[in-house]
Amino acid sequence: MSTPPMTPPRPVPDPDASSAPFWDAAARHELRVQRCSDCGRRRHPPRPMCPTCNSFQHTFERVSGRGRIWSWVIAHPPVLPAFADKTPYNIVVVELEEGVRMIGNLLDVPNEEIVEGMEVVVDFDDVEEGVSLPAWRRA
Amino acid sequence: MRDRAAIVGIGQTEFSKNIGRPEQTIALEAITAALADAGIGPHEVDGLVKFSLENTMEVDIARNLGMPNLRFFADVAYGGGAGCGAVGHAAMAIAIGQADVVVVWRARNRGSGGRPWAKKGNAVGGEFQWFLPFGLSRPVDQIAMLARRHMIEFGSTVEQLGAVATAFRHHAQQNPGAMMHGKPMGLEDYLASRWISEPLRLFDCCLESDGALACVLVSAERARDLPHPPALVSGYAQGTGTDHLVMANYFTRDPLDSPGHHAARDLWRNTGVGPEEIDCVQLYDAFSPLVLISLEAYGFCKPGEAGPFAEEGHLRVGGSLPCNTSGGSLSEAYVHGMNLILEGVRQVRGDSVNQVEGCETVMVSSGNGVPTSAMVLRRG
Repeated sequence: MSTPPMTPPRPVPDPDASSAPFWDAAARHELRVQRCSDCGRRRHPPRPMCPTCNSFQHTFERVSGRGRIWSWVIAHPPVLPAFADKTPYNIVVVELEEGVRMIGNLLDVPNEEIVEGMEVVVDFDDVEEGVSLPAWRRA
Repeated sequence: MRDRAAIVGIGQTEFSKNIGRPEQTIALEAITAALADAGIGPHEVDGLVKFSLENTMEVDIARNLGMPNLRFFADVAYGGGAGCGAVGHAAMAIAIGQADVVVVWRARNRGSGGRPWAKKGNAVGGEFQWFLPFGLSRPVDQIAMLARRHMIEFGSTVEQLGAVATAFRHHAQQNPGAMMHGKPMGLEDYLASRWISEPLRLFDCCLESDGALACVLVSAERARDLPHPPALVSGYAQGTGTDHLVMANYFTRDPLDSPGHHAARDLWRNTGVGPEEIDCVQLYDAFSPLVLISLEAYGFCKPGEAGPFAEEGHLRVGGSLPCNTSGGSLSEAYVHGMNLILEGVRQVRGDSVNQVEGCETVMVSSGNGVPTSAMVLRRG
């Protein structure tokens, strides 16, 4: 009996003080975006200070999870070993209704059907115990 | 600091996939060659500027070459975005009297040393936590995303990217030192190459090279007494743009408003010339779409017009704006753009293998899409 080849583990985020609330929410299958408590502007990726009003005060507010494809690529080999069995796979940038953009993967859509402006909705990809990545599906 | 310092010596090793010598050795070879070209001894060097990603250290350069004391040393960050900034720092130090003879170098065994993107661990922090878990792992993916957006907004095409890649390959055929010398490529060959990150193909990507290059700067006054026509640093500029990350910055209001767009305003103000006075350009080309974006950033083309401009042949020697005349990162070697700087010097001196007739003023840019830099060199 031969052992099937092991796919190395997929890279996972190593949260820091700024990003932990985002990833904690993702693990609960909630999409939350950092928002300044003083001027109300949203920002992503998270960081300690609002670049507009320099406030440190912020919340992570749940967003609609609806957006549109802003751009995308289709990755072909050579890629990281963890993704080798997925090629050719898509990576998309989604512009949320709330204005911020995020990187992710579009699930269950053939690569050739991806178009700019396609309406998508968030889902979550449970990649390992306690780690879920926002992912996207056709709306 | 306009025209106060000049590049007076250039030197390099050969380029190859596996040069077989350590980075420190090839750095010393390149610097030795550059100093010999300038007619200046190592004992006169009192300043060194490097890329922050450079593995060879100032102290090691100094104690091998016997430089008695360095009184100015600095490094410039952001990978391939650093080059013209490093030269600019050297020129600035000379202009204000912090140093008299400054060397800038880049030694990199990127061909034999492996792919940095393939060495990331499993748990990723910093800005990569927003990219790597989704498989956006390679520089080519990061730039392909911008290239796609350029296509969406302006209708640029893969054939236009091919026009960039084939122009530089054409130039490499005259350069015996280019890694792609003897390997001509037409548009059909380009279009037949495999996808790496759609919409980018293999030949949209720079080479994986080992090699080292260096240049020597002194004051414009001293430059007049040295063997070669001086390449005066008319001015340089750096730029990050607003709200930028290191790479893959899709989060700003307009990601196509590149760091180069911001550096451009300062560059033209600092140098007192404009795009219309530039005889040829050396534009950072880790990936072909960066050339289109930089042509627009620095005002050689209006937004969206760089693709057709490339397709019309303007970037080829004999065209209206010859670009990357040694073959560039796509077809000469990829050493973080240091070879573009040296080719800019050769064009100003008049001894390029693809010499642009009557060339007096050259613009060189460094990596765009990362915090960037650019400069103008002028024949002194």
